[in-house]
Amino acid sequence: MTASAKTHRTAEEIGRTPAGPRPLPELGAQKAARELSTVDEVLPNGLRVIAVRRDTVPMVELRLRVPFADPAGSSAGSQHSAVAEILANTVLTGTASRSRVQIDTELALVGGELDAVVDPERLSFTGNALATGLDTVLDVLRDVLTSASYPADEVERERARLVERIALARSQPNVIAREALQTLLYGDHPYAKEMPEADEVAVVTRDDVAALHAKALLPRGSVLVVVGDVEPAEAVARIGQALASWQGDGEAVQLPPLPEVSGGDVKLVHRAGAVQSQIRLAAQAIPRTDERYPALQLANLVYGGFFSSRLVENIREDKGYTYSARSHPEFTIHGATLLIDADTASDVTAAALLETRYELARLGLVPPTQSEVDVARSYAIGTLLTSTSSQSGLASFLVNLVGLGLGIDWLVAHPQRLQAVTVEQVAAAALEFFAPGNFTGVLVGDAEQLEPKLSALGGVAFQ
Amino acid sequence: MASPELHRFTLPNGLRVVLAPDASAPVVGVSVHYDVGFRSEPEGRTGFAHLFEHLMFQGSESLEKLAHFRHVQSSGGTFNGSTHPDYTDYYQVLPSAALERALFLEADRMRAPKLTEENLRNQIDVVKEEIRLNVLNRPYGGFPWILLPPVLFKTFANAHNGYGDFVDLESATVDDCAEFFDTYYSPSNAVLTVAGDLDVETTKALVEKHFGDVPARPKPERPSFAEPAPQGEVRHEHADALAPLPAIAIGYRVPDPVTDIDGYLAYLVLAGVLTDGDSSRLQQRLVHREGIVIDLNAGCGLFGPLEARDPDTFSITAIHTPEVDASRVVAAIDEELQKLAQEPPSAEELAKVTARWVSTMHKEHDRLTNRTLGLGSAELLFGRAELIHELPERIAAVTVDEVSAAAKALRPDSRALLLVKPTGGTK
Repeated sequence: MTASAKTHRTAEEIGRTPAGPRPLPELGAQKAARELSTVDEVLPNGLRVIAVRRDTVPMVELRLRVPFADPAGSSAGSQHSAVAEILANTVLTGTASRSRVQIDTELALVGGELDAVVDPERLSFTGNALATGLDTVLDVLRDVLTSASYPADEVERERARLVERIALARSQPNVIAREALQTLLYGDHPYAKEMPEADEVAVVTRDDVAALHAKALLPRGSVLVVVGDVEPAEAVARIGQALASWQGDGEAVQLPPLPEVSGGDVKLVHRAGAVQSQIRLAAQAIPRTDERYPALQLANLVYGGFFSSRLVENIREDKGYTYSARSHPEFTIHGATLLIDADTASDVTAAALLETRYELARLGLVPPTQSEVDVARSYAIGTLLTSTSSQSGLASFLVNLVGLGLGIDWLVAHPQRLQAVTVEQVAAAALEFFAPGNFTGVLVGDAEQLEPKLSALGGVAFQ
Repeated sequence: MASPELHRFTLPNGLRVVLAPDASAPVVGVSVHYDVGFRSEPEGRTGFAHLFEHLMFQGSESLEKLAHFRHVQSSGGTFNGSTHPDYTDYYQVLPSAALERALFLEADRMRAPKLTEENLRNQIDVVKEEIRLNVLNRPYGGFPWILLPPVLFKTFANAHNGYGDFVDLESATVDDCAEFFDTYYSPSNAVLTVAGDLDVETTKALVEKHFGDVPARPKPERPSFAEPAPQGEVRHEHADALAPLPAIAIGYRVPDPVTDIDGYLAYLVLAGVLTDGDSSRLQQRLVHREGIVIDLNAGCGLFGPLEARDPDTFSITAIHTPEVDASRVVAAIDEELQKLAQEPPSAEELAKVTARWVSTMHKEHDRLTNRTLGLGSAELLFGRAELIHELPERIAAVTVDEVSAAAKALRPDSRALLLVKPTGGTK
């Protein structure tokens, strides 16, 4: 900067005070979170409803999750993904009594929103409104669930728009990497198909969409979570009344079982001219219901699950290879995988992959110390408290848990489970689940630049 | 909406403090806002304010490198920092048992950060990875926050890229850091906010204990960044080899939010009338009726409303189909603005926007991180943390005529038009 007359201190002078370093204050006594007032009930139509009172602000959050998997065993030749995607994008565009504009207007006037998205496992409706507007949101929800009309012109426009949106998504490196990883892990299994192809979308008709709605958008097996400034029993009663007319035969379709993930070479996916690579590794893990899960959760945190982890401290804070590196479990109704993500500049990609594998091996061989485990434990317990302290945070957390077959009792008891984990249990989980040989994955980047170093490193499959 | 109690005081060293107690959950948020952002970085040092933000996490007199992260996370908390045009914020959200620890951590780096060559080089590498991730290696990177300002503004302060270019970042020295810290990171140039489960008197004593002996330094004089609105329509084409579809961003100037908040809010309401929800005017026309736009947004401020001082931006962005020329999208937007200029929106249109803003403010308030940061930035920029509680009412007070006048002021003869052209060909 402008180096005229020096008016500022040096960095050394800034970093020192006469008093010298000071001790870190101890933690105070932690108050417990307020107990949740909640009702969990299955309506006569089979819909499970969970209502939780949290009156921090005069709002209400809704999460409806309908299992919505492709009943075919393979996505090859199946139109399910394309039809489901159009359904999610048009279910709120008209009913027997409301147009798209009327739906949005009614919701807006009560400060409300309602959106629908679909993925290989489920169709999810996410909404919120001023608490005084709950009945309006429920009535709109009832209307779309029982009489969505899928106007032909809306379906046609959404079809065109969806093709463009798929192109937009597939231009993102993150999406390219995700699709390549899912295909590597699960091949033609419907779980791998997170987005349809343009030619599949192009032939979807409104009748296809209406037929899928009638067949698959079912209350039995689905769950609705409502969190907010509501009295739980009364909220459940209102929901029961509002959604009584939502009926259907059979049960919403869960994802078929997934093949186990086994270790193997990392597959290089060429992306010409990329200035950064996406490293995406995966291994088989265990569900939250497994008694070893709390130990695995802490082992994952120590590996790469938060900032103070071995992976982040190594490849970001020591070597500067990456801005974002993390590891995390991903759950389905059937089980779980461990995923590792890092994005690194092309010239350090091979070195970053080396360090990522090194830290995997080290986690089992030089297991987390008591202090590392304690840091991870406090983080896991504390962030469970902070992330569920808002209405929307609690609603999203709960609907995910319930979707995995768990409930509020799991959330309430989890801090004690984490407290009980020993370093030995974490070491055992580290050795079993983080062995480098368990992992496979993909690496998206410019193959020409990456190949010499990746060949030397080994364990990488080139196409 | 309910206006919770706020307590404010100023320490002898000039640090302004806002306390916002709320015992609904046993968690607490602590933030520090420094009154310096990327508009203040000198020529030849683009990206420096953001780089310096990274350095503030790298240790201080009582904290080795990595210790800040570990102490926050081992207390069960989360943290982050972010650099804006006019300020830089740092926050921690933790179980309330960790309140004193959080204050200690913020005070230690306000008093005596360790600015070393090794940490600087390491964080330059990390920031370059951040820029590759968010800008260089992805389609629409920096759209519109990096790409639009150089079209709308002429002066370096307002126009330059706040992420910085690699040459500038690599040129940064430890002495630059020392000068930047001594100039801008004085307690008199900062606001400390504590929100959540706290006792006011205890917290006041803890703040005095930890921040009281941060040495006073002069508050830097804040320059005016004012510059005239553009003459005519300033156009720029940006080639994006990774983008699959063309996009446009239109930038206009808005009233100074500090001196004319209600005038500014009329533009916020206008943005809602134009693009918020399926029943908004531009969504209905461009996305649903004509089907020529895939993704559409309008709003005040390129980082969100009320997060910068004058001069600030109103922008409309659209990713559109390659089958239509950008001029058709722009013409349709102009036509809709003109309709609003000639005939004000209906009372119902405004009622929708107002109700959704009330909800939005409640939701922001319910997330402790957002509440803490919102109070802090309102106190820093406007001298009034309570502004965030008053917004629903003030937004509701905006009239249809004021929205019409705002639409009329978005004139084609004083704006920036950025055209993003895909150049990668079809893959």
